[in-house]
Amino acid sequence: MLEARYLLIILALPFLGSFVSAFLPTRARTLAAALSGGVTLAAAGLLVRFYSALGDGAAVRHTAPWLPSLGLDLSLRLNGFSWLFSLLILGIGALVVLYARYYMSAEDPVPRFFSFLLAFMGSMLGLVLSGNLVQIAFFWELTSLFSFLLIGYWHHNQSARDGARMALIITASGGVCLLIGFLLIGHIAGSYDVDRVLAAGAAIRADPLYLPALILVLIGAFTKSAQFPFHFWLPHAMAAPTPVSAYLHSATMVKAGIYVLILLWPALSGTESWYLIVSTAGLATLLIGAWAAIFQQDLKGLLAYSTISHLGLITLLLGLGSPLAAVAAIFHTVNHATFKASLFMAAGIIDHETGTRDLRKLSGLARFMPITATLAMVAAAAMAGVPLLNGFLSKEMFLAEALEAHSGTVLDRILPVLATVASTFSVLYSLRFIHQAFFGPPPVGLPREPHEAPHWMRLPIEILVLLCLLVGIIPALTIGPLLATAVSSVLGERTPAYSLAIWHGFNLPLLMSAIALVGGVLLYLIFGDRLNAMKSSPVIGRLKGRRTFELVLSAIIDGARGLRRLVGTRRQQVQLRLLVLTTFLAAGLPLARLGYAAGPSARTLIDPVFAILWIVGAVSAITAAWQAKYHRLAALVMVGVAGLSTCISFIWLSAPDLGLTQLLVETVTLVLLLLGLRWLPQRRPDFWPGSGTPLSVRYRRGADLLIALVGGAGVAAFAYAIMTRPAPEGISRYFMEQAYPGGGGTNVVNVILVDFRGFDTLGEITVLSIVALTVFTLLRRFRPAAESVEMPEQQRTQNAFDDAREGSKRGDTARHYLLVPRVTMEWLFPVVLTLALYLLVRGHDLPGGGFAAGLTASIGIILLYMANGTKAVEARLHVQPVRWISAGLLCATATGGAAWFFGYPFLSSHFSYLDVPLIGPVPIASALLFDIGVFAVVVGTTVLILIALAHQSIRTPRASRSGELDASEAAASEGEG
Amino acid sequence: MEAVLALAIGTLTASGLWLLFRPRTFQVVLGLCLLSYAVNLFIVAAGRLRTDAPPIVGKVAVDPAQYVDPVPQALVLTAIVISFATTALLLVVLLASRGLTGTDHVDGEEDDQ
Repeated sequence: MLEARYLLIILALPFLGSFVSAFLPTRARTLAAALSGGVTLAAAGLLVRFYSALGDGAAVRHTAPWLPSLGLDLSLRLNGFSWLFSLLILGIGALVVLYARYYMSAEDPVPRFFSFLLAFMGSMLGLVLSGNLVQIAFFWELTSLFSFLLIGYWHHNQSARDGARMALIITASGGVCLLIGFLLIGHIAGSYDVDRVLAAGAAIRADPLYLPALILVLIGAFTKSAQFPFHFWLPHAMAAPTPVSAYLHSATMVKAGIYVLILLWPALSGTESWYLIVSTAGLATLLIGAWAAIFQQDLKGLLAYSTISHLGLITLLLGLGSPLAAVAAIFHTVNHATFKASLFMAAGIIDHETGTRDLRKLSGLARFMPITATLAMVAAAAMAGVPLLNGFLSKEMFLAEALEAHSGTVLDRILPVLATVASTFSVLYSLRFIHQAFFGPPPVGLPREPHEAPHWMRLPIEILVLLCLLVGIIPALTIGPLLATAVSSVLGERTPAYSLAIWHGFNLPLLMSAIALVGGVLLYLIFGDRLNAMKSSPVIGRLKGRRTFELVLSAIIDGARGLRRLVGTRRQQVQLRLLVLTTFLAAGLPLARLGYAAGPSARTLIDPVFAILWIVGAVSAITAAWQAKYHRLAALVMVGVAGLSTCISFIWLSAPDLGLTQLLVETVTLVLLLLGLRWLPQRRPDFWPGSGTPLSVRYRRGADLLIALVGGAGVAAFAYAIMTRPAPEGISRYFMEQAYPGGGGTNVVNVILVDFRGFDTLGEITVLSIVALTVFTLLRRFRPAAESVEMPEQQRTQNAFDDAREGSKRGDTARHYLLVPRVTMEWLFPVVLTLALYLLVRGHDLPGGGFAAGLTASIGIILLYMANGTKAVEARLHVQPVRWISAGLLCATATGGAAWFFGYPFLSSHFSYLDVPLIGPVPIASALLFDIGVFAVVVGTTVLILIALAHQSIRTPRASRSGELDASEAAASEGEG
Repeated sequence: MEAVLALAIGTLTASGLWLLFRPRTFQVVLGLCLLSYAVNLFIVAAGRLRTDAPPIVGKVAVDPAQYVDPVPQALVLTAIVISFATTALLLVVLLASRGLTGTDHVDGEEDDQ
């Protein structure tokens, strides 16, 4: 008896193994297999030790809280049934790992294979160990995902890619349905906890939402378990490596749907709709699968359709709704897993040792591989339901159930007949598999000379076949107790009396079995030779599942393309218009419903100076909008005036920090845009020469003007409505009251930035840094348009003038130009830096702070550049903006992280007073360190952006350079700033 | 005052929107500048208008009613700096796009007409 939390280890082990295996060297086949096998056996060992705790329907539960506030926990639940399922997953998993070690070629990246396999195993374990419906759906999707990777493992192979894609699309769409169904069930039951859902079974069945929930869950289960009409993906998944087929299509993947059906059987079954849907689908799948399996020429194809058929059998049993049928379903699930896994492995050996899986080419292999042949014969006999094998026992139970009356409909009467027919088919295809592959004359023209497989590769089959025999001969001693535990945990009080004996006397099921065996053999004797000539299955062959799937898929894709053509556009202007119009709609709808009214607050008196300020501001904004096309510089100046009005308004409206920052940003933005102007093309005023502006353009401009006016009016109206209403009580009061006692500063805005909302600011400066690096990187590869490469006209005139004058060099005119302002600017540098430091230090108490200080310092540096020219400055001053940025980010993060050492959360700030001689007590807050980080980032960012842009003007154009420099080298040497 | 500021915000928005819809990249950059003024003013206005009440508090017994709401200001302060960064990024992207495509049209190619 172990503690419940060891369940977590069982679940985590495969995922851990998968992670480690992913990092093993590509050729480490044996190491990866050993790791996978070890992990699987360890998990299985832990699982086995839980068995003693599971008697009498008891369950082990473990809940690890994850988001308790949302009711989300990692909930694990192990009962007899999920124990049996986990044992299948891990046991057959371990055998598949051993088999795969010898099956997989040394040429393949085998560690990746094992990584996928373990992850898949973990997902399956998660599915069966989950105690919560949503969690089941999560692991369900994971199994879809990893099965996709496993089926598509040989991704160079087109059919593997197609099969994997088809399996993913079908099972993942089913997974969505399953999730919605689970949500409905959870809604009805009031909880997603499996135990509570099962307890609420009666309420669920009585709910009006029962039918939709049932159908959605069934679509999920049917897609996964390859039930008609979703069965067609499974044969295509045979493109996977055979160990994958052996694992996915015996014990795991396809059994996930069966697992969910059995899990929810107590809650969902027992209604007419359950009976009709589930048993009809199961019956159809049973017959179609068995019929199609007869006509397959590919060994794995035969096994694939037989898997479909057996899954149909289990589904049919579950559909019947009687407890005995459920017992048979659970029992057959286990039996099918053992014999089908061994058959897939045998098919893999045949493929591996002969180079083909084509039944028409194979013949007489028994003399080359006698052991494999014997093993396959026993397993195939179990599949056919021959007595003394496990398949016989569950098939007898199935036939007995088929004879029972369940609903009083016509299904009751035809079921015994159809069950016998399906069993006959099963005998027929099993016989064909064995006879065609192992008997008859020696094969001719095989790609490889057949011989026996290595012993270790046969060992998994030997173990599985031994189990088939043991369960078939002494069921009560082997599977009996396990089955009893599993059954009682599912059925609880409804557990029926059943007998696992191999002899129940002469009865009707035995007669049906005998008919099936004899019939199957007879049919093979009559039709066996003709089967080899068949190209597709008669009747069923017309059901082109794959064709339909591709048609639906391409219809969806075409539809999406058409829709994109219809409503999509690549024109930015159209997109922006649509965006703004959508905003109008979003704002207009509530406005139309609720109406518009100005608020009740008393208006503040209009200050005429403020009014004049905004008359100027508004006129410049409109002028800028009007002139931006042909008079860029003028428009830029006009935007600047509007910006200044904004800046003054901030100060007017009691926001000195904003005014200060806006003023500084205004300056750097202006410099930035001026630097950019040089690279823009000249605008021809007569874009449409002669004919005047076309009508369509006039119409478009009119529409734009209308949108702009409506937008402006709307925003103005909103702003007015907000301003004339009393302010709601927000979080501001708290910030105000706590600014000094809690944050140690009197400038509340700054305290909010560096303390209360410090994490936001940290994100903010990170964004700034990323933007700066992006700008820098973009400019390294910058190629100006051909017409802008030439030197600007003013420089050419100056140079011509310098050349013409006696005793002057090129550049003299520029050097003498504005000499006095230049000296002033140069001398201002230390003053500006001092001002920046002052703003930084006082920021916590008075307007200023890291942002303003950083901008000020970068303006100082830019002034220096403007006064002396780039080359002269860089000869003396080496600004390394990238270092500033990284130092700033480190400083800010380290300040935040330092709080951890004192046991406080990230970015908690601390402040106290430091007694400085002469000055007296000076407040020192850790927030200042954070602000220094902000300062450094802002300096680095601004300077990096502006210098990178400025450097473009002094680059030597590539065309005029004499030697052809390597492009990257040139860009790198010029981009350094 | 409220009406003046509302009209100012409206004018800035209208001018900005008009420029936003223009086909030339430089116009769009200027339009975004004007729009960012409008938005910043709008956010500050959402904290209601107060003159001579900057949020520089005393050290004891603070009465929040005496000061203007600091939260919109904190929001706008970072917005101002970020808007500079985005303007720079946009400008450089547009310059690079012009270098690659040879046109300063926002779509990287001239209109068909």
